[in-house]
Amino acid sequence: MKTAETFVEKPKTLAELRAGIESGATKAADMAATYYDRIAAVNPQLNVYLSLSKERAMEQAARVDAMAAKGDPLPALAGVPVGIKDVLTMRGVPATAGSKILEGYEPPYDCTAVARLEQAGAVLLGKINCDEFAMGSSNENSAYGPVRNPVDPERVPGGSSGGSAAAVAANMAVATLGTDTGGSIRQPASFCGVVGVLPTWGRVSRYGLIAFASSLDRIGPFAGNVRDAATLLGVIAGQDEMDATSSPQPVPDYAAESDKGTEGLRIGVPAEYFAEGLDPEVRAQIEKGIDALRAAGCTIKPISLPHTKYAIPTYYLVATAEASANLARFDGVRYGHRSKTAETLSAMYRSSRDEGFGAEVKRRILLGTYALSAGYYDAYYGKAQQVRRLLAEEFLRAFAEVDAIVTPTSPMPAFKLGEKTGDPLSMYLADIYTVTASLAGICGVSVPCGATAAGLPVGMQVLSSHLQEGMAFRVARAVEAAGL
Amino acid sequence: MSARVTVEEVERVAELAHLELAAEEKPGMVRDLNAILDYVAELNELDTAGVVPLAQVTELEGAGGLGALRTDELRPSLDRSEVMKQAPETDGAFFKVPKVIER
Repeated sequence: MKTAETFVEKPKTLAELRAGIESGATKAADMAATYYDRIAAVNPQLNVYLSLSKERAMEQAARVDAMAAKGDPLPALAGVPVGIKDVLTMRGVPATAGSKILEGYEPPYDCTAVARLEQAGAVLLGKINCDEFAMGSSNENSAYGPVRNPVDPERVPGGSSGGSAAAVAANMAVATLGTDTGGSIRQPASFCGVVGVLPTWGRVSRYGLIAFASSLDRIGPFAGNVRDAATLLGVIAGQDEMDATSSPQPVPDYAAESDKGTEGLRIGVPAEYFAEGLDPEVRAQIEKGIDALRAAGCTIKPISLPHTKYAIPTYYLVATAEASANLARFDGVRYGHRSKTAETLSAMYRSSRDEGFGAEVKRRILLGTYALSAGYYDAYYGKAQQVRRLLAEEFLRAFAEVDAIVTPTSPMPAFKLGEKTGDPLSMYLADIYTVTASLAGICGVSVPCGATAAGLPVGMQVLSSHLQEGMAFRVARAVEAAGL
Repeated sequence: MSARVTVEEVERVAELAHLELAAEEKPGMVRDLNAILDYVAELNELDTAGVVPLAQVTELEGAGGLGALRTDELRPSLDRSEVMKQAPETDGAFFKVPKVIER
């Protein structure tokens, strides 16, 4: 194993990349080749990429280079090397969702977010490892082996988009796409020291996302800095006729929004996120971040979100109930793995699912099916939906008084591989600060906020109300600028 | 609502979910489900009488105008041959499956 330091490498910024391509100093094709070399060099140790889409990437790079050579105006992401979490489809490129049940599946269509990146000039490098069906907080549930944290390969990168966070931290892509259902973008961003964005539910089309829990699932970007993440979100956001639930509201210029500064903003700090269980070093870093916001002209306001303690149980009932319905489609009939042993249809369903699904996916399907079953529906799923409303309304009341809320993204820095795998409940608690925003549908950003004495990154979560991503970016920029 | 799940119940739920559990998987699932259900029983502390369940955040008042579903209308979808290429077994027009009627 190489020493930890060798894996962390800051990616170029979009501005640097674009300027290079525009002036002719850099060719998109050379840039893509450099990234493929980097992937070849470090992927064996980190296990980030599951498949590469080299041919498609080089064709796109050639298109960008031709535009630059002609002096045509370049789109926002011209030549930017981007990696895609393997729960998002790319036409003709294997999509596994980290599961054996989808081994060999090549979707016949592109995910809308992926297609929009490509239309904006991005070069799509390939598909990135993740927890099976995005179920996990450590990236140890992938059927293709765990991803390792580039900061310390003995530690997890977070989950389920741990691969997408690790790819940016190790400079195996300039930016990536991940998905967040209960914290799966924000927590790995925090563990790997990069920026991760949870957009408002409905802000980004979910067409082409292999669904886990549809009322919670969101697609969002990872990048090395807040402004780049804002630019990427601007590209993928907006209504899509392929997703009836995508919001019709217009998409602001997020990068410009992020430039606005924070003078006079009111920032809420909820007491419940600083209680027992918070690592003291994480707390100290977040307090430094809060001081930086004060210095940047913000008013800091203590607030209370008393229903926070109910978020994890609520989340695991809602998410598993939806998962049990969404994952019913994996039955060996239309795509993916089919058991070779079964002689009848019903035996084929059971064996295909038994052979294809890992333990965590089965556990969640069972819990969800139980919570939805006759006799238990009202007590579990119905109750969780009621508490979900209480949690969401609590946030709306808070946002009547503050512009943004800041919290630690995770109660602890990246933990060691294997540390929590034997106890699902302790793994679920890793999401304690992220699931509330997931249930409420609001948006947020995890921004690096320094590191522990051992050099493990700490992330600050900046939350803002529905469709107020620009506000979260402004606050995150101020934390970033403090250079903690 | 804190129920104790038994092996029989896990087997029943597995059947509903079309999941086959190996005999050695069952005790672990019983243990994990009970631990999780004990934990979610915390929700009983809350009085939710009269609270309208929230299934989608688009139902929230004051969520910034997220909502408005487009009309649900018939339109062309994926090409059949493209879809059939991914099927484990097909005759080109239909998915082939093992026999349905069990005797």
